[in-house]
Amino acid sequence: MKTTLRTMLGATALAAFTTAAIADTTLTIATVNNGDMIRMQGLTDDFKAKNPGIELEWVTLEENVLRTRVTQDVATKGGQFDVMTIGTYEVPIWGKQGWLVSMNDLPASYDVDDLLPAIRGGLTVDGELYAAPFYGESSMVMYRADLMEKAGMEMPDAPSWHFIRRAAAKMTDKEEGIYGVCLRGKAGWGENMAFLTATANSFGARWFDEEWNAQFDSPEWKEALTFYIDMLTAYGPPGASSNGFNENLALFQQGKCGMWIDATVAASFVTNPKDSTVADKVGFALAPDNGLGKRGNWLWAWSLAIPAGTDDEDAAKKFVAWATSKEYLALVAENEGWANVPPGTRTSLYENAEYAKVPFAQMTLDSINAADPTAPTVDPVPYTGVQFVAIPEFQGIATAVGQQFSAALAGQTSVEDALANAQKLTTREMKRAGYMK
Amino acid sequence: MARAISPRRKALNTAIAWTIGIMIFFPILWTFLTSFKTEAQAIADPPVWFLFDWTTENYTTVQERSNYFRHFWNSVVISVGSTIIGLAIAIPAAWSMAFVPSKHTKNILMWMLSTKMLPPVGVLVPIYLIFRDLKLLDTQFGLIIVLTLINLPIIVWMLYTYFKEIPGEILEAARMDGASLRSEVLYILLPMAVPGIASTMLLNIILAWNEAFWTLNLTAAKAAPLTAFIASYSSPEGLFYAKLSAASTMAIAPILIMGWFSQKQLVRGLTFGAVK
Repeated sequence: MKTTLRTMLGATALAAFTTAAIADTTLTIATVNNGDMIRMQGLTDDFKAKNPGIELEWVTLEENVLRTRVTQDVATKGGQFDVMTIGTYEVPIWGKQGWLVSMNDLPASYDVDDLLPAIRGGLTVDGELYAAPFYGESSMVMYRADLMEKAGMEMPDAPSWHFIRRAAAKMTDKEEGIYGVCLRGKAGWGENMAFLTATANSFGARWFDEEWNAQFDSPEWKEALTFYIDMLTAYGPPGASSNGFNENLALFQQGKCGMWIDATVAASFVTNPKDSTVADKVGFALAPDNGLGKRGNWLWAWSLAIPAGTDDEDAAKKFVAWATSKEYLALVAENEGWANVPPGTRTSLYENAEYAKVPFAQMTLDSINAADPTAPTVDPVPYTGVQFVAIPEFQGIATAVGQQFSAALAGQTSVEDALANAQKLTTREMKRAGYMK
Repeated sequence: MARAISPRRKALNTAIAWTIGIMIFFPILWTFLTSFKTEAQAIADPPVWFLFDWTTENYTTVQERSNYFRHFWNSVVISVGSTIIGLAIAIPAAWSMAFVPSKHTKNILMWMLSTKMLPPVGVLVPIYLIFRDLKLLDTQFGLIIVLTLINLPIIVWMLYTYFKEIPGEILEAARMDGASLRSEVLYILLPMAVPGIASTMLLNIILAWNEAFWTLNLTAAKAAPLTAFIASYSSPEGLFYAKLSAASTMAIAPILIMGWFSQKQLVRGLTFGAVK
């Protein structure tokens, strides 16, 4: 009897101790403020039910603040976060630095081969997967089907830049406040330069040749930039040089844009009747090309990564696997409908008959598949990344170049001067960083 | 004798003052109005002013999504804590500079002010590393220390200016009556300088409440104040202006209300000694 009691007491104490030890695990997750991430925060009860004892703390920040914040933390091994939301730009750089935990040992049930190859490729360094994609996005043409019809034109699934320009000219009706095309003009490496770098790829331009020499003095860059500025000046909204994603989204939702070429994630916003006045009139097409074999669309994936040195690596991995699993996609579909499932990460999602009914599903997949971060340009380059160059110096250089191009769009400088300045400052920074002699 | 001001001149001055006042207040008013709109109304062009269906939906969403009271409490602890510690250091410092100045006093004051001239980002990495090693990252205590230090020059300067206005003879008289240094400061100087101290305190609380560089960079989940709360609603990819406005209104409301109730004290303190 005594022994039984003692055993029971011992077992209870042990159980209490173990529970306390498990309950002690609190994961701090740094994330961005976008619809998909906020939705995930609302669905974490499912994770907690499946993983008792793991508590989650969220740090939601604006994208640029988040980037600074997690960069300084991972670089100094500050240990503030157990899971970080980072993009396709950071993953290869941080992976190479040894700042991230490899995800190669995720369980078989995770089915890593189901991840879209283009997205997976962007998150892999030397065969190691360093982050799990939460949602993937590309860019595409969103257009007003009614205005296109009025203009007597028909949007092909894969338009050329010249078609876009002709359509923009016909759709523009400035007296009615309708502008044929809305594009990003606001300076920033993630704003106008994301769009312009991807566009330049389709014009045959590239940032660097294989010896890391800046290429802004090439005729391809001149052609791309001239085309963009001429078209946007003639058929774009006034003040386009200060428009970023949000400004163009607002214009499009109010029916002021004929076409808008931007992130695929915008599709769910512009087709949402609650916020958009043109929700039932939107069509989609692939980003334009110039017949050179590359389209002007980018590739991005907000992904979950675990910083090296976290105390709770196992729990963090459990969370990452849960949030990027097939089961999570089904959970969102069940609770919020298929249109709200985070897109662009898994092949199985696009094989799902229910998901195929979402109007922008196929075009999103086609756009993602049309981008190849390992061979983004017509001519060979020494870097990976479609709308960026995956080197640490890129943020600073591209923002400075973006200011030159934004000034050219605003008419404060000429295309030639903007390109010459871009060439000069990029060469200077690349020399300083030791890429070229 | 005061100069006579013509009624026209007076009307003009009033009009200018009101215009400037409204211009300054307008962004706050607009944020407040936007917080009661839907996301679609928030970006409407032409903008809607007062005639829309006011909704409190944004406030409900913000309440559901974030732990407002934790952020609020962190803001209170950090701003009040740093102000109290700051005053405890600054009052003796300002006393000695005002009443027993040495030939270096002016230089020391200038040197203190010069620390405000460095862009904070310049020392971010060293401070981050020190905080990491001392385990002060994401703690209220860590932020109290940083905010005390960055606001200390302003507190010392303000108090120094107020103390200079108090005739030294009064303190001397107290000393002759046998008052110790402690009683001199506590019973003579402080009661006379109350308006100045109060306005310094209020101003410092406001500065600490609104500080958005260190509070964002040195916190994660536990010690994040209302500045981080606002930052969590800003997004470059998605129009959440109505929710952002609701979050901003909730973040500035407490300090605005405090400022409103103490404005007499604040103005009196700030203009103390301005007119001789």
